[in-house]
Amino acid sequence: MHPNDVILQTITKCLSFIIVIFSFYVFLAGHHNPGGGFIGALTTACAFILISVAFDIETVRKMIPVDYKYIMATGLLIAGLSGVGSMIFGENFLWQTFDYFDLPLLGNTELATALLFDIGVYLVVIAVVLSIIFTIGEEH
Amino acid sequence: MNALHWATISPLLLAIIIPFIYKYARSIHTGWFVLALPTVLFVYFLSFIPTTSSGEVIEHSIPWIPSLGIHFNVYLDGLGLLFALLISGIGALVVLYSIFYLSKTKEQLNNFYVYLLMFMGAMLGVVLSDNLIVLYAFWELTSLASALLISYWSTREKSRYGAQKSMLITVFGGFMMLAGIILLYIMTNTFSIREIISQADIISSHELFIPAMLFIIIGAFTKSAQFPFHIWLPDAMEAPTPISAYLHSATMVKAGIYLVARFTPVFGGSETWFWILSLFGMATLLWGSLSAVRQKDLKGILAFSTISQLGLIMSLLGLGSAALYFNDGQANSLYYTAIVAAIFHLINHATFKGSLFMAAGIVDHETGTRDIRQLGGLMTIMPVTFTITLIGTAAMAGLPPFNGFLSKEMFFTAVVNATEFGIFNMETFGLAFPVIAWVASVFTFLYCCILFFQTFSGKFEPTNFKKVVHEAPIGMLISPVVLVSLVVIFGLFPNILSKSLIEPAVASVLPYLTAGEIGVDIYMWHGFNTELFMTFGVVILGVILYALMKKWIQLSIYKRERDPFNRFYDGALFTLSSGGKKFTDAYMTESFRRYLIYIFSFMVLFLGFMMVRLNVIDLVPERTAEISIHEITLVVVMIAGAITVALARTRLTALAGLGSLGFGMAIFFVLFRAPDLALTQLVIETVSTVLFLLCFYHLPLYKETKDSKPSKIVNAIVASGVGLVVTLLAISSHNNKLFEPLTEFFVNASYDEAGGKNMVNVILVDFRGFDTFFEIVVLVIAAIGIYAMIKGKVEEKEGL
Repeated sequence: MHPNDVILQTITKCLSFIIVIFSFYVFLAGHHNPGGGFIGALTTACAFILISVAFDIETVRKMIPVDYKYIMATGLLIAGLSGVGSMIFGENFLWQTFDYFDLPLLGNTELATALLFDIGVYLVVIAVVLSIIFTIGEEH
Repeated sequence: MNALHWATISPLLLAIIIPFIYKYARSIHTGWFVLALPTVLFVYFLSFIPTTSSGEVIEHSIPWIPSLGIHFNVYLDGLGLLFALLISGIGALVVLYSIFYLSKTKEQLNNFYVYLLMFMGAMLGVVLSDNLIVLYAFWELTSLASALLISYWSTREKSRYGAQKSMLITVFGGFMMLAGIILLYIMTNTFSIREIISQADIISSHELFIPAMLFIIIGAFTKSAQFPFHIWLPDAMEAPTPISAYLHSATMVKAGIYLVARFTPVFGGSETWFWILSLFGMATLLWGSLSAVRQKDLKGILAFSTISQLGLIMSLLGLGSAALYFNDGQANSLYYTAIVAAIFHLINHATFKGSLFMAAGIVDHETGTRDIRQLGGLMTIMPVTFTITLIGTAAMAGLPPFNGFLSKEMFFTAVVNATEFGIFNMETFGLAFPVIAWVASVFTFLYCCILFFQTFSGKFEPTNFKKVVHEAPIGMLISPVVLVSLVVIFGLFPNILSKSLIEPAVASVLPYLTAGEIGVDIYMWHGFNTELFMTFGVVILGVILYALMKKWIQLSIYKRERDPFNRFYDGALFTLSSGGKKFTDAYMTESFRRYLIYIFSFMVLFLGFMMVRLNVIDLVPERTAEISIHEITLVVVMIAGAITVALARTRLTALAGLGSLGFGMAIFFVLFRAPDLALTQLVIETVSTVLFLLCFYHLPLYKETKDSKPSKIVNAIVASGVGLVVTLLAISSHNNKLFEPLTEFFVNASYDEAGGKNMVNVILVDFRGFDTFFEIVVLVIAAIGIYAMIKGKVEEKEGL
């Protein structure tokens, strides 16, 4: 398909890792700095789109050998259950809380339940973007 | 529940059981099971005569919807009792007649009797209800039952036409009446007729008095087939003859008369009421009698005759309402004799018209035709029917010694006296009344002659008939014989009615009179006076006209049977359906652009109108920040991008323009310090541009829109309108901030309560996480939708 894309493919191999790591950073930094689940997911999706352009869609399929619809469902489930979780403690649906913990390696770290919710958002958005683009892209 | 309640709804209860009786007792004619009920009801209602004639009323109430003031009140006074007796008495006779008229084997008797009982119960409900909403419910039930009975032979097209027509006209009137009822409720705050009557003074000075009156009158006129709503009645003659006799001569068409009589204490005494009732009554009287002469069908003649007689009663009620003008009890007999005549004629008409319909049914049943051009010479073959018809037509024509003579003399008295009323300009216009009444009576006499002589005299032509003609079975003759006996009895001894029925009924119409005061005294001979000479004139001129019939029957107007007013009805119905279709076709063009123009134009006009009306346009900048050079540059770039999109000739150009808009927006987010938004906007813009490019792969070549110039101009106007209105709205609303935003709370709470320094994200996942949750649901739905559209394509089947 792309016999002369050596440069592109090589750069992609490096760049995609950087993008993914950056997107993780954006995702985790969301609580205090610009970023969050939505933009993090979009950036991650961009890495996969780059791979699909440089190689092809099949490569991405092999990298994520799960049906995107399951990822969407899992994301929705996590986001929904994180809201239900607060109800177990007698609070309203989607009540969020946070606290500081001493974790090994990381030291004093703030952990918020909002992160669980954000993971749900993250998974949903990645799966939605990839699903839309690949569904349309495969339809030739 | 009181016995009267049970009596009122008993026909409806029996109607539920009828289908079972019909199914499990096929060997016996279902009518026999029905017959008992009206008979028992008749006897039951007879037992109230002593009560009402002593001026007492009976009243029982059960709550139905008390919170809305709707109670199922039965209220029995003279007027209600008179109607209840008519309904149950003639009902019993009609059921008896129908047993012999309708074949046990060929007809769907269960339907017939269910509808008939529905009607009977509804009619009793109308005349016995004191609550107007209950009355209205029963009123509409009579319309429904009537339409069902007219279309009893629903395989015939004319039956369905007649049923539809009567339904449309009477339900139209019913709705008008409902509007009148609601207006009365607004004025008096009650639905009870008696309480409304007790507040008649308040009503007559209220500004809604005239509208309420007109609505009630339209309701009564449509039901009672008054001019110009009379056109449904001749077409209702497609019903089986027992039904025509019962509904369309004796009971349902008198529901309007009942309503007018019932509301006379409320509206009577006013000039409008007086003139509308008497003029339309007179017009109906004249038009009905003129039209009846043109008919060739026995039931057609009887239908127009009914219209004419109903007009007579209506005009008498109108004239009599003048008595209420002097409602201090000083009224003399001059005014209220009209009411007495109306009530008396109501009874008389029910007796002779019922018998005539039954006779016409017998003729139809035994000869197979109702066409007077084929009938003739039945005198010796059907002697009993002949006698019945003779008495019935003589009473209808107003000949002594039958009851029609008496009531017509009283009618003449009322119209002759009308010039002496001295109110409502009657001293000048009153002269028209005797003239119209007299002319109408001449034509009444004439159609009675036609009806009678063309059926029974002349030569019998056996070839005209498909059947062997013979007299009807005895069972079919009982009912008309009973009715004509009443015609004779009421004619010879009218005073047996006056104390028992007429006086209490008149007392209900004119409530300030007590039964004793009225002193109704009807007698056969009242000396040589104007009325008698008018009757002589009617007979003489009628005989002459009948003798000369061969001459004037050639006139073209007498060849057309159908009422010319039908043309308006049919035309209106056609215009309504075809016009409705045209109108819908005109704007439902299935063009998506067209609908968008409607939506946007509405938005522009509505928002623009409201902004101008509420005077909220405020373009003076107050709280605006300074505009920097970056912003101006960016705006210029974005405007250029927008123009590029609008004028692009290829898709890629349009996409490039769109992209520049999106990235410009992202830079604006940066300038306005919204980093999260800027990031998201940048990535989303990129992803959606990729998606656009993917879609282009599948799209056909870019075509320029082929809009004509005018529609382009319209598009441009609408588009600039939307832009202008939205801009004005945005600027004005910025200048009209009514309260401080919530920002302060979020700024303070985002770290303290949610532990996050990124306020935007804290709002998204914590304070208002619920929104975010459903936004990701939206995304999932969109993805699944795209997946389903592309992967789940159903192959187009042939022929689809």
